[in-house]
Amino acid sequence: MESTEYRECLIELIYQLADDDFLLAYRGSEWLGLAPHIEEDVAFASISQDLMGHAALYYGLLEDLGEGQVDALTHDRSPRQFRNAILVELPNGTGTYLEDPSYDWAFTVVRNYFYTLAKKIRLESIKKASYEPLQQIAQKISIEMSYHMMHWEVWYKQLINSTPEARRRMEESVKTVLEELDGVFSYGRFGDRMVRLSLIEREEVLKQRWMTYLKKEDTKSPMKMKQGEGRNGVHTPHLAKALETLSEVYQSIPTAEW
Amino acid sequence: MEVSVNERMDHFMSRINQGEKIEADDWMPDDYREALIRLISMHGISEIMGALPEKEWVPKAPTVYRKLAIMAKVQDEMGHGQLLLRVAEDLMEPLGKNRDDIMKDLFSGKLKFHNVFHMKAPTWGDAGVIAWLVDGAAIISQTMMLGTSYGPYGRALKRICAEEVFHAQHGESIIMSLAEGTNEQRALLQDSINRWWSSLLMFFGPRTNAETGHSNQDKNMRYKLRTKTNEQLRQEFLTKYVPRIWALGLTIPDPTLRFDAETSEWQYQQPDWEEFKKIVTGHGPKSKERLALRVQSYEMNSWVREALGSSGVSKVAR
Repeated sequence: MESTEYRECLIELIYQLADDDFLLAYRGSEWLGLAPHIEEDVAFASISQDLMGHAALYYGLLEDLGEGQVDALTHDRSPRQFRNAILVELPNGTGTYLEDPSYDWAFTVVRNYFYTLAKKIRLESIKKASYEPLQQIAQKISIEMSYHMMHWEVWYKQLINSTPEARRRMEESVKTVLEELDGVFSYGRFGDRMVRLSLIEREEVLKQRWMTYLKKEDTKSPMKMKQGEGRNGVHTPHLAKALETLSEVYQSIPTAEW
Repeated sequence: MEVSVNERMDHFMSRINQGEKIEADDWMPDDYREALIRLISMHGISEIMGALPEKEWVPKAPTVYRKLAIMAKVQDEMGHGQLLLRVAEDLMEPLGKNRDDIMKDLFSGKLKFHNVFHMKAPTWGDAGVIAWLVDGAAIISQTMMLGTSYGPYGRALKRICAEEVFHAQHGESIIMSLAEGTNEQRALLQDSINRWWSSLLMFFGPRTNAETGHSNQDKNMRYKLRTKTNEQLRQEFLTKYVPRIWALGLTIPDPTLRFDAETSEWQYQQPDWEEFKKIVTGHGPKSKERLALRVQSYEMNSWVREALGSSGVSKVAR
């Protein structure tokens, strides 16, 4: 590996990729058994498994880089150490997945659609990254992205062009998701250096590609970063709650192998 | 020439007795159709309700690998539910009914689901025991059903059984980690075995209808929907799993449990069949909450079904 700076930026970028997929996989898994119909339950579960699998690949890379074991990285870090965007940590609705879940399918569709497009664009850029093991993982994950895109795009178009109620709910969700979307494109405080070291292209370039793709669809409202700065470890209380659930068993007997 | 109902019935029974498979469009007596609808919709809805106790443990599973494995398992259960409901839907079509009716029957309590899915699953040990022993029990009863006289059900079961084997292996792997783990992990596991034992015995249903006042096993045997009695299945389960549980150094909460060499049968303490009746009629420890989750999912997504139009299933899924 080249310089300390390179290593630092690389690790930071991989945490962002890993934590995004890990948290969104978790949010997806909360929908198990609750999706709008059984067929969607099965399909969505595949996508959530893919996301969790992608996260595992990235965490594996971090393990190779000496950051610690995959299960410790996923179950034994504090919220401040997480680098995911705020968008993926937001809950699916009110209630919990165990008790009184009042989940919002419109929000879920829009979040997943917009995130998947951003992820796809990001991966295309990383495929040209200067770090070969990351390049290879990006290649591998890219193959699945067209399926995810197709899934969420069909849902998105179908609902937004349907009943007045569906349209209203979808438009509301578009607003909510756009308010946090800049947080997905952000690379945080290491951003300039990541770009200089050819790990990824500039945020604005990726964002422009995202807007170009969606141009015909909708979005005139500006993207924002309303709450926190996930890339720099500043999160909402939702993340702490999510991590508590995700690590409940792992933390219950610290010396155990599971 | 008009064919009388009696002649049709004789022909039907002779087909069944020769081991032929009945298909969805074949003539069948009403009570055969009814028995199938009852059996398959209960089986299908049990798979779907069965996703709920395990789903509780998906995010909490203690490693990334376990999270992935249990998510895949819950997905399989939902997939089995879908496969079975499709079979039931075909049978219900001539009666003018569809999946919506199945859901409504579930919500009203008319359609029952399996006793095990009314129970609490308060620890990670339960996630292991459900996958190892509940799925193990399901494999035994579903394997018996593979020879069922109704072709579409048999074909669905073939795929289901293949996947259940993976589930049992996944369960066994969780169990082994706990059994070989710390004292706390072993205690967690023993506690789960204790909690699930009587539910596992109940899983196969009563020996005769004397215990609960009614049972469909005689009719289902005559129609070759099933080939073994509840008790035969329970004995198979005990033969397969009791030695394995003991081999892990675990105990079973029944001091009378022993294999009687003379009768070649396991002797065991009968579970409380009055309690069983209460559980399956919706008065189990978690019946109300699990059903409430299902109802809530149905209601919170009603706008989605409406938006998708009459089919209720989006293009995405098809």
